Amino acid sequence: MDQFDVAVVGAGPAGSAAAYQLAKSGLSVILIERGGAAGQKNVFGGRIYAYPLQQLIPDWQKDCPIERIVTHEGLALLTADSMTSILIDLPQPANPAALSFTALRPAFDKWLATKAEAAGAMLITGIRVDDLRWENGRVAGIVAGTDQVKADVTIAADGVVSGLAQKAKLRPELPPGEIAVGVKETIQLPQATLEERFGLTATEGVAISSIGYPTQGLRGGGFLYTNKTTVSLGLVVDEVRDLTDAKLQIADLMDQFRLHPHIQRYLKGGKVIEYSAHMIPKQGWNMLPPLWRDGFLVAGDAGGFLINHGYSYRGVDLAIASGMAAASAVLAAKRAGDFSANALGQYRAELERLGLWDELKRFRRAPRFLRTSRLFSLYPQLACDIARAVYGIEGMGHPRLSKLVRRQLKGRVSYLTLLRDLIRGARSM
Amino acid sequence: MTAPAEVSHSQAAPTPPGRLRIIVCIKQVPKAQELQIDPVTKTLKRSGVPSEINPPDHNAIELALQLKDRYGADVTFVSMGPTSFDEALERAIAMGGDRGILLTDRALSGSDTVPTGYALSETIHKLGISDLILCGEETTDSSTGHVGPGIAGHLDLSQLTYIFDAEIVGRTVRAHRMVEDGIEYWEAPLPALLTVNFGCNKPREPTLSGKIRAKRPGAIVHWSAADVGLDPAKIGLKGSPTVVEKVETVKLPDRKGEMFTGPPREAVAALLARLRSEGLLAG
Repeated sequence: MDQFDVAVVGAGPAGSAAAYQLAKSGLSVILIERGGAAGQKNVFGGRIYAYPLQQLIPDWQKDCPIERIVTHEGLALLTADSMTSILIDLPQPANPAALSFTALRPAFDKWLATKAEAAGAMLITGIRVDDLRWENGRVAGIVAGTDQVKADVTIAADGVVSGLAQKAKLRPELPPGEIAVGVKETIQLPQATLEERFGLTATEGVAISSIGYPTQGLRGGGFLYTNKTTVSLGLVVDEVRDLTDAKLQIADLMDQFRLHPHIQRYLKGGKVIEYSAHMIPKQGWNMLPPLWRDGFLVAGDAGGFLINHGYSYRGVDLAIASGMAAASAVLAAKRAGDFSANALGQYRAELERLGLWDELKRFRRAPRFLRTSRLFSLYPQLACDIARAVYGIEGMGHPRLSKLVRRQLKGRVSYLTLLRDLIRGARSM
Repeated sequence: MTAPAEVSHSQAAPTPPGRLRIIVCIKQVPKAQELQIDPVTKTLKRSGVPSEINPPDHNAIELALQLKDRYGADVTFVSMGPTSFDEALERAIAMGGDRGILLTDRALSGSDTVPTGYALSETIHKLGISDLILCGEETTDSSTGHVGPGIAGHLDLSQLTYIFDAEIVGRTVRAHRMVEDGIEYWEAPLPALLTVNFGCNKPREPTLSGKIRAKRPGAIVHWSAADVGLDPAKIGLKGSPTVVEKVETVKLPDRKGEMFTGPPREAVAALLARLRSEGLLAG
């Protein structure tokens, strides 16, 4: 039987970051990926915050497949025919750790996996890990088909559904209420057209989140990211169950989103070259499952490392950071020659050291606030109606702003509720 | 695509004595579904297109592994080409073979089937005579079927072509050969060379332990023309008697699309009338 110090399952950002750090420290590491290549099973086309990369691979900018550096941020409130948006143009930060960039995950994941391989990890693709290997009640490697690999520690970075965390009895099967569903289209435009429409230079990019139409009041929102010659346009519905209850197909909502007049303005003439759907974990702090046991650690989406800010989603940076924390915990365990749950509990200290623990805790309120359905239907509509009332002068006698706002709110939402939502919203952000 | 395996230039690991020794010659070819012709050179595009193990070679690998399952054998894969061919060797080892040898040298580029047969036979000779050499019946990118018989000629071996199964009886191979109206059974003394029928078996999937073996240092060894002791005059373009006089690409006529609009009833009537006027529809 083949034997390694560490078996890492899943060559996504969490797994590859862990494998990279462990191999670089001289441990023998096998990194096993189900897809024919790292990144192949990924749907993500979006933004990545660079700070953990800066720490893991200081010269990451040299060959990282960056699509565009995000310099324009947008938040859009949509109704069926209107859009009220805030667009923020920021100069590119001088500190590389403060950068965020758009990337296509097939390219990004492959890049990071290749880094892990170059550091000495053995990258095996096209193999599905079916089960964990047990020895005296502790995890001691993995099982794939009729083959087994023995390892002191197994790191499960196998994604949102994490079969392995379930096999390790760290968590039950995910109920639909804990999974968000995302769909994404990649829409191709000539580079010059794309840059002209979004007002970008060749390296600049834009990231827009939207709430309101077309989710029909369901919790969730849209996103738009610019890549070099494509736009990633997508929609997330926070609870799969909401969709089935409302008898809605997310594909139909996606069509409505793409065809919205203000979205069409950007995308007209573009060609949809890819369509994909994926599950997104939404546990956040409140749902963070236990992350370790004897000989076993969970990182990335599998561990629920995702923050839904309401105005943006963060996952890849947290995945990389959790992979790094897992690697540090394993290195400490290796030094001590102890791979028990107790020793691997160092993982928590490492997550704290990287600030990840606090980060997830700090944003724990977001999911509850985001359950306010007013946020997804009433408020976008209000914003557009107020804007129309304020800017639309139809003759003499245009009332003052305060009166206009009062008139719009009347009968739709009480001051008290509005105030409470505002405070909650502000606190959760 | 996987990253290239770690490659060492040392001597290949020796075969344990007394076991059946099988060599399978394989080639990496552009995926049949993705064939592209370079519009300028009119030759097959080989770089930047997805590739695969030549499908008949894939069947030869499977036959070798079945023989290994049945009799116990040591299976070595031999290929000739650029280092990107490591991918094919890696997959073959991951399916269950023991090691791969890649003969790779710029001096070999442009070789037709004559130098290829020569170079592979010298490589096999350097490996030490084996019991059985398997080749696919032909390659899907040039379909000559020359190389297998060429190797047999150079090494002065018995050869049996278009084989779909084989048994080893003592120092004899009993090969099953598919012909139009039945099956022929041939026997030849070992060592012998067999070419294997395309599609005669279902190649197995690589396993985790196989993939690990393929990634281990030394699993794939690179040899240069000099390592094998090839005569520079007999390889590459100048060792190749084939001259391609002309390549023509056939351009298929464009399809003309015509849209019939309006209310469905009228549009259908217009479509039918049009089809009738073209003589495409009777009545």
